[in-house]
Amino acid sequence: MNAPAARFNAIFGADMAGPLAALAVVLVVFGFASPHFLTGATFGSVAFQLPELGVLTLAMLMPILTGGLNLAITFTANIAGLTLAWTLQANGGIDAGPGAFLLGSALALAVGAASGLVMGLVIAFTRAHPILVSLSMMIFLRGLGEFLTRGGDISGFPTFIAPIGHGSILGIPVPLLILIACVIASHILLSRSKLGFSTYMIGSNIESARYSGLNTRKVLVLVYMLSGVMAAVAGIIMLARFNSVRVGHGESYLLITVLACFLGGINPFGGFGRVLPVFVALIVLQLLSSGLNLLGANQHLTTAVWGILLIVVMVLRWLSAKFIKIVK
Amino acid sequence: MRKLFLSHTTEFVLFAVIIAMSIVLAFTTDRFFTLGNGFDLLNISAVNIIFAVGLLVVLISGGIDISFAVAASIVQYVTALALERIGGGGWVSGLLIAACIGIVLGMINAFLIHRFRIISIVATIATFNVYFGLLMFFTKGVSIYNLPDWLTSRVIIYEREMADGSWAEITLPVVVMAVCALATWFFITRTTTGRQLYAFGDNPEGARRFGINIGAMQFIAFGWLGLMAGIAGLMQAHYAQEVVPNALYGRELDVLAAVVLGGARLGGGKGSVLGCVLGVLLVSITQNGLNLMGVSPFAFKMIVGAIILVAITLSSARIGNLVPVFATRKSTGDRPADRGES
Repeated sequence: MNAPAARFNAIFGADMAGPLAALAVVLVVFGFASPHFLTGATFGSVAFQLPELGVLTLAMLMPILTGGLNLAITFTANIAGLTLAWTLQANGGIDAGPGAFLLGSALALAVGAASGLVMGLVIAFTRAHPILVSLSMMIFLRGLGEFLTRGGDISGFPTFIAPIGHGSILGIPVPLLILIACVIASHILLSRSKLGFSTYMIGSNIESARYSGLNTRKVLVLVYMLSGVMAAVAGIIMLARFNSVRVGHGESYLLITVLACFLGGINPFGGFGRVLPVFVALIVLQLLSSGLNLLGANQHLTTAVWGILLIVVMVLRWLSAKFIKIVK
Repeated sequence: MRKLFLSHTTEFVLFAVIIAMSIVLAFTTDRFFTLGNGFDLLNISAVNIIFAVGLLVVLISGGIDISFAVAASIVQYVTALALERIGGGGWVSGLLIAACIGIVLGMINAFLIHRFRIISIVATIATFNVYFGLLMFFTKGVSIYNLPDWLTSRVIIYEREMADGSWAEITLPVVVMAVCALATWFFITRTTTGRQLYAFGDNPEGARRFGINIGAMQFIAFGWLGLMAGIAGLMQAHYAQEVVPNALYGRELDVLAAVVLGGARLGGGKGSVLGCVLGVLLVSITQNGLNLMGVSPFAFKMIVGAIILVAITLSSARIGNLVPVFATRKSTGDRPADRGES
């Protein structure tokens, strides 16, 4: 390997190259295509739109690293948001104090953890396929939410919550700060903690992880609980950003979180992948969305382009693997 | 008999659950155990069963597909436009067009999966986004209501007037559903290709060494699902008498849950048409029963989700995995981990 590439890999990690290249391409292409692209307004809107999707993607990330999937994240976020909303309403609605908000947030996180706990227990102890377990949990949570709200939305929250969705500290949007905090927490958890190490072990080979003395069941339960908690954080951000909670909100993010993970170089079978490339991939997706928006395309075309991007990335990966084989 | 039961446990259990539920519902509601309601159930389930038997073939071959419901939406829309262009058409031309578009969309998935070695769930999540995004972009979300008369008028295959003056009817989708289910059953159990699909799904590498053409398997499996999705899309348009671009959005996960409830295994090599049909029917009967018992429609999904969760838990658990949790703990792998933490 030549020296610059080696140095790049030493600093960023080999899996950073793809997302960073994509980021550069997006910046250059849209920078030329639209004079309004490389302005503060674009990055401002990206900074406000990114966090919901970003935190949900982090919720998807850990289960994928274990070789699973958590399809229930969006509805877990909804149910957690509802929990917070009801706690606020029970404590005076618009006049609710910060205490009620803290209590509600704690309850929301607990609800997220509970949904993850159930999934984790079923997956760990019955070895049912995570796709199926989280899928039925998703159907259940959607039904529960629709049943409890009758399909309507809940709004009317105290004004001090709005800054969580719309405010800025030192020019940096608060939701973005929350996302960055979550990214750092996930990164440290996965790269520095025993749980993170166990997560990768289970993803590469659950049987050998078990035989080498890991309590795989405990790790799986914890991973899904953390995933649920992360989804709950996304639910709280969504509540603050839209000043209302509705079941089904953010549903379209579900498959996009998976897309973001794969774009960020996560191995679909688990075991390999890091948080930071996923974060860069998220920025690429969101910039792409904003750029297309500036060029006059609508949200649906963006969805299509995201899908095409995923195919292109997978094809490039296949090509590079083939290339490496030929060189060898 | 014992052998039959052991080889078809899921089907027998599902059948028993359906019978038990039906008996309870027959006594608790006046309408459940009527011919009209039974036929309604079939009419409602027809489209989902067509989807389900198609998805079953892909699951047996070891793949998974998220994009088929959206592909069916494209089929509906393009077929409606094509029929308008050729001046109406009829059932034959309609089915032909729908089937062809469906197969092409399925083949795109197979091509990506086979040619570029993309894992099927990743490939179909990508095509899901591409299909749906492009469909909504080009249609701008506008529905089509002026469908040809032959497509929207109900085709009643069998009808009978009930004592209370209402009509019990079996409509065309049910017949199409039966044909699709039988064709799939014949295809996967009575043809060499079908057996090869099972072998391929169970052990791709073994199948390859045995001389089975891997690429052909992918194209056949996804092509079959595409065909079924195309037919189901047309039947949905017939049933709903309109084409709404996002009407089938989200249907894929419900169908997937029902198929797996019917005993198909993610990972391939296992599953039967009967189980698949029973899985869809169980979900429909649950919803129908809850409806007749006067339960709020908002609670349906919650209860259905809980039932599927419990069913998957019970069917996946090997005995000794659920109950004597502590027994296995003492003997095998979990013990060293406890030591490692202390």
